[in-house]
Amino acid sequence: MLEFLMKLLGKEQQNSKTMAKERLRLVLVQDRTNVSPELLQNLKEDLIAVITKYMEIDEKALEVNIDTHEEQVALIANIPIKSVKRNIRVQAN
Amino acid sequence: MGEAIVITSGKGGVGKTTTTANLGTALAMMGQKVVLVDTDIGLRNLDVVLGLENRIVYDLVDVVHGNCRLKQALIKDKRLEGLYLLPAAQTKDKTAVSPEQMRNLVSELKKEFDYVLIDCPAGIEQGFKNAVAGADRGIVVTTPEVSAVRDADRIIGLLEAEGITNPRLIINRIRPKMVRTGDMMGIEDIIEILAIDLLGVIPDDETIIVTTNKGEPAVYDQNSRAGQAFRNIARRIMGEEVPLMNLEEEGFLSKFKKFFGFNR
Repeated sequence: MLEFLMKLLGKEQQNSKTMAKERLRLVLVQDRTNVSPELLQNLKEDLIAVITKYMEIDEKALEVNIDTHEEQVALIANIPIKSVKRNIRVQAN
Repeated sequence: MGEAIVITSGKGGVGKTTTTANLGTALAMMGQKVVLVDTDIGLRNLDVVLGLENRIVYDLVDVVHGNCRLKQALIKDKRLEGLYLLPAAQTKDKTAVSPEQMRNLVSELKKEFDYVLIDCPAGIEQGFKNAVAGADRGIVVTTPEVSAVRDADRIIGLLEAEGITNPRLIINRIRPKMVRTGDMMGIEDIIEILAIDLLGVIPDDETIIVTTNKGEPAVYDQNSRAGQAFRNIARRIMGEEVPLMNLEEEGFLSKFKKFFGFNR
């Protein structure tokens, strides 16, 4: 009865089951994307190899990270470009 | 050729050993030839849960190191014909056995038994790798708690890495009343998070404590609800389709009726 009244008044507190579920979901996203530094390093090297075919990049300043933000996980790469190769368009055609 | 099933959880204290003892006993009650292997070297417990602690002469490490023959280390259950225990060593540590040795041991056991149930230690180190090495299938035990479900998720990933795909889930110690009031994760919540097949659900039941005190698994007790749940799971392991039991605690009226013999 009290619960019903609380609901009516919009004062319903989030129950502990929902909290458990939400916390679990978040922590599992982090656990599951716990990528090893070694894998990240390999990925970085491969990325450099591919990108340098098209443009000159600052390899030292290149950053690759896994970013967990709320319920989304993203691969964030920050790749400073030094210059783009002039003949790239010709090659593509 | 039998089947080897590893019972694991990651987190300790969620009921792996109790589950192993009860499922093994239930399978043996159905006429299967079953061996229970305790791989928790240094912290053996399956023997006391089964009430066989006074009969141990040799253990798993003795077998692996050739100090005795496999048959000498197997302890026959005192109640059931087809049930055996291979106890863990208590005085050695986990590195006394290698995954390769475990694989050989389990394949030997599979020749003799219909089911080889392997009780895995908590954790994800050597003991886990040993327990998993010879297994064909996996059962993951969890409870409706954040920590246990998190560890179960990790274990599912590690099982897959070891080649045991599609492990099945047992949710232990569920309290239907708390699920109803929104204070405990329910079956659907946990299945949704872990995304694996459900093998069964065990209600939180005080009879487990009583039966464990006595050293006789709850499946012997016809009035134990946990025992009933374990018997159902054993039938599912054998391939039978058994619906989930009604988890609701008995109300006063039905208890009253039962007491005076109106039910059944």
